[in-house]
Amino acid sequence: MSYIFLYALVGMGLFTLGLYALIIHAHLLRKILAINIMGSGVFLVLVALAARTEGAAPDPVPHAMVITGIVVAVSATALALALMLRVRSETGRAELDEEPLSKFDD
Amino acid sequence: MNNTGENTIPLSLRLLLMVLLTVMAVGLAYAVLSLPAQAPGLSVYAVENINISGVSNPVTAVLLNYRAYDTFLELGVLLLALLGVWSLGCAGCQHQSSPGPVLDSLSRLLVPILIMVSGYLLWAGAHAPGGAFQAGSVLGAAGVLLLLAGWRIHAGLAGLPLRIALVLGVAVFALVGAVLILPGGQLLAFPPAYAGGLILLFETVATLSIAISLTALFLGADPDEEDAS
Amino acid sequence: MIEMHWVVIVILLPLTGAVVCFLWPRQTVVSGLITAVGLFASVLGLTWQVLEQGALRYAVGGWGAPLGIDLYVDGLSLLMLIVTAVVGLAISVYSSAYFRLDRAKHFWPLWLFLWAALNALFLSADIFNIYVTLELMGLAAVALVALSGGANALTAAMRYLLVSLLGSLFYLMGVALLYHSYGSVDIAILSQRVESSPAVWVAIGLMVAGLLLKTALFPLHFWLPPAHSSAPAPVSALLSALVVKASFYILLRLWLEVFPLTNTVPGQFALGQFGLAQILGLLGAAAVLWGGIQALRQTRLKLLVAYSTVLQIGYLFLAFPLASIIGWKAALYLLLAHAVAKTAMFMAAGNILFYGGHDRIADLDRVAQRLPLTLSAFGLAGISLMGLPPSGGFIAKWLLLEAAIRSGQWWWGLMLIVGGLLTGAYVFKVIGYAFTRSDLPHEPGFVPKRMEWVALVMALLAIVLGLFAPLPLALLEIGSPFGESLR
Repeated sequence: MSYIFLYALVGMGLFTLGLYALIIHAHLLRKILAINIMGSGVFLVLVALAARTEGAAPDPVPHAMVITGIVVAVSATALALALMLRVRSETGRAELDEEPLSKFDD
Repeated sequence: MNNTGENTIPLSLRLLLMVLLTVMAVGLAYAVLSLPAQAPGLSVYAVENINISGVSNPVTAVLLNYRAYDTFLELGVLLLALLGVWSLGCAGCQHQSSPGPVLDSLSRLLVPILIMVSGYLLWAGAHAPGGAFQAGSVLGAAGVLLLLAGWRIHAGLAGLPLRIALVLGVAVFALVGAVLILPGGQLLAFPPAYAGGLILLFETVATLSIAISLTALFLGADPDEEDAS
Repeated sequence: MIEMHWVVIVILLPLTGAVVCFLWPRQTVVSGLITAVGLFASVLGLTWQVLEQGALRYAVGGWGAPLGIDLYVDGLSLLMLIVTAVVGLAISVYSSAYFRLDRAKHFWPLWLFLWAALNALFLSADIFNIYVTLELMGLAAVALVALSGGANALTAAMRYLLVSLLGSLFYLMGVALLYHSYGSVDIAILSQRVESSPAVWVAIGLMVAGLLLKTALFPLHFWLPPAHSSAPAPVSALLSALVVKASFYILLRLWLEVFPLTNTVPGQFALGQFGLAQILGLLGAAAVLWGGIQALRQTRLKLLVAYSTVLQIGYLFLAFPLASIIGWKAALYLLLAHAVAKTAMFMAAGNILFYGGHDRIADLDRVAQRLPLTLSAFGLAGISLMGLPPSGGFIAKWLLLEAAIRSGQWWWGLMLIVGGLLTGAYVFKVIGYAFTRSDLPHEPGFVPKRMEWVALVMALLAIVLGLFAPLPLALLEIGSPFGESLR
C-alpha cells in the first residue's frame, strides 16, 4: 500500500465535505463552490490512483479524463454563475426558494 | 455572502446529516483501500501505440487521438455553456470596470507574455505536459485581463466573425473527422502519417476556441446584442 | 457498396445543425427544421441498417476498446433513438410555431445540441463517454428551462442544474472506482471482468444514486415538477418524454450488463442485487402513489402533467424486481408509450396556455368548444396514460402484469391498477373543467393550427401504438440486450 492511496482518500474526503456544504448552505455561490469541491475530489481520486504502480509511468488515460472533466466543470460553473446572477436580478437574492411550489398557486 | 450561511437548517438535522455523511465517507474510504495495490490501467496499450499516434506525450495521445471523440464532445460542452449563458440575456452581468494605472500597465505587460506562454504550451503538448486546454486557458486569461482593463471587441467583429471563432473547435473536429470517413476509415481515425499534423491543427483551433469561449463566458452576454439594445 | 456511417451521422448531423443555427440566427427556424427532418431520415437509415446486419459496434478513431471509445447499437439503443427521433420531429414542428424569433434563435441551437447529446448517449458503449454526454444533455436541458424567463423558471432551472451536476458527479465517482478496479471504461469489457468487491458495490451505489436523482424517482423527484412545469411547453414535453428517460436508459444498461445477475455465481452478488431490485421496485410503487395523489391535488395544468411524469417514472422501476425479459420489454414499451403520450399532453397544455394566457385548471373556460383538437389530444393521451385499450399504455401494462404474475410477484401488478385509477381521476378532472363555463372568461389568443395538429397526431400515435406492438417488441430483440436466459 503506497502513499498514493492517501491522495485518493483526501479526494474522497473532499467529495464528502463538498456534499455536506452543498446541502447545508443556502447561498447559491456557496452551493456552486461546493459542487466544484466535490468535482475536485473526484478528479483527485482519478489522478492519484493512476500512479499506483511503483516505478512505472502513470497511466495517461485518467489524466486525459480529468482534463476533459475540468473543461466540463468550467463550462457548468460558468452557466451556473450566470444563472445565479439572473436569479438574483429576478428575485433579489441568490438563494433557492424554500417552498418552491407555493408560488405556483398565486 | 453576509448572514446567509447555515441558519436555515436546525442543529439536529445537521448532526444527522453529519452522521450519514461520515458513514458514506467510511464506505468510500473502504472502497479505495480495497482496490488492487498496483494496476497498470491502460498505460501499456497507450505506450504500445504511441508511435502511430502522432505525438510522444501519452496524455496528448489519449486526448487527441485514442479518445479524441471525448475531446470533441467536450468542446461541444464548452460551446453549449456559452449558448446557455447568452440565452439567459444577462442584462445586469456586464462588468463596469475602470482600470487604475496598475491594472492598465500590468495588462500591457502581461498580455504579450501570456500569448507567448500559450503558444509555447500548445507546441510543447506534443512531447511534454501541455496542449490545447492549458494553452487555451492561459490565452483565455489574457482575454479576461484585457476585458478587466476595459477592452471590448470591435463592433464589426462582434457578430458572425466572433461566432465563427467560437465554433471553430467543434466545426473543425466535425469536418475533419467526417472527411476521414470517406476513404473507408472510421470517424476521427487519423492515418499515422498525418496524425502529427492533424493533431497540431486540432490543438490550434481548440486553443483559439477555448480561449475565446472563456473570455466570452467572462463577459457574460452576447456583445452583438449588447450593442443592439 | 459504400457502407453508410449512420451511427456517426445521427450524432454529427444535429451538432452541425446546432452550429449552423448559431452562426445564422435569422435563418434558425429553417435550418432547425431541415436538420430535424434529416435526422429523422438518418435514424430510419440506421434502423434499416441494424435490421439488415444485426447489432453494430463502431470503433471511433479505429482503436477499439479498451483504448478507444466504442459506439454500440442494439435493439435497446435503437428503440431509444427512434423514440427520440419521433418525439424530436414532433417537437421541432411544434416549436417552429411556438417561439418568436427572439426566443427561437436561442431555442434551436440548444435543442439540437440536446438532440445530439441524447443520440450520443444512447449510442455510447463507454461509461466515461456517457458522463460527457450526460453533462452535454444536462446543460442543454437547464438552459432550455431557463428560456421562459421569470423568477419561477430561473429558480427551477438553477435547482435543476445543481441536481444535474450532483448526479453526474456521483456517476463519475463510480466510473473512477470501476476504472481503477478493472482498467477499462468499456461496458462490454467491464461486464466480463466485474466481480463482487467492495469497490464495485460502492461504485454501484454511487452510480445508482446519481442516476436515480437524474431520473427523478421518488423521493428524489423534488426538482422535477417545478422544472418541467415552468419551462416553455415544447421544452416540458422533451424533458418529460426524453431527458429523464436518458438517465433511466443508462441505469438499465449498467444494470443489465455491468452489474448482471446472470453471469455471476449465485451468492452474495446476486443476493445484493436482488435486494437492490426490491428497493427500486418499492420506490417505484411509492412514486406511483405519490405522483398520482399530487397530480390530483394540483390547481395548475402543467404542474398536474409534471406530477403525472413522476407517477409514470414509478412504473418503469416496477420491472426491476421482476427481472425477466418480458418485464424489461414491458418497461421499455411503457417508456415509448409515455414519451409519445406525454409529448401530446404537454403540447395540449401549451396550446391551452397559449390560448387563455393561464393554465389554472378551475378556470379552463369551455376549452372543449374552442380548442376541440387540443382537448381531443389531451383526452387521447390520457387514455394511453391510464392504460385503456387499445392504446400503447394498455399493451405495456398488460405485459408488465403478465411479467408480475409469471414471476409470482403479483403485488407489483396491483400498482398498475392503482396508478391507472389515479391517472383516470386527474385526466377526467381536467376534461370536466374544460367543458364548463368559468367565471373568468378567457381573452382568447390565437393558437397556430400547426400546434394543435401536432398534439393530436402524437396523441393518435399513442393510441395506435397498441395496435402495432409486435414491431417495436421485435426490434428490442436485436442483439438480445436483456440476455438469453429466463430467470
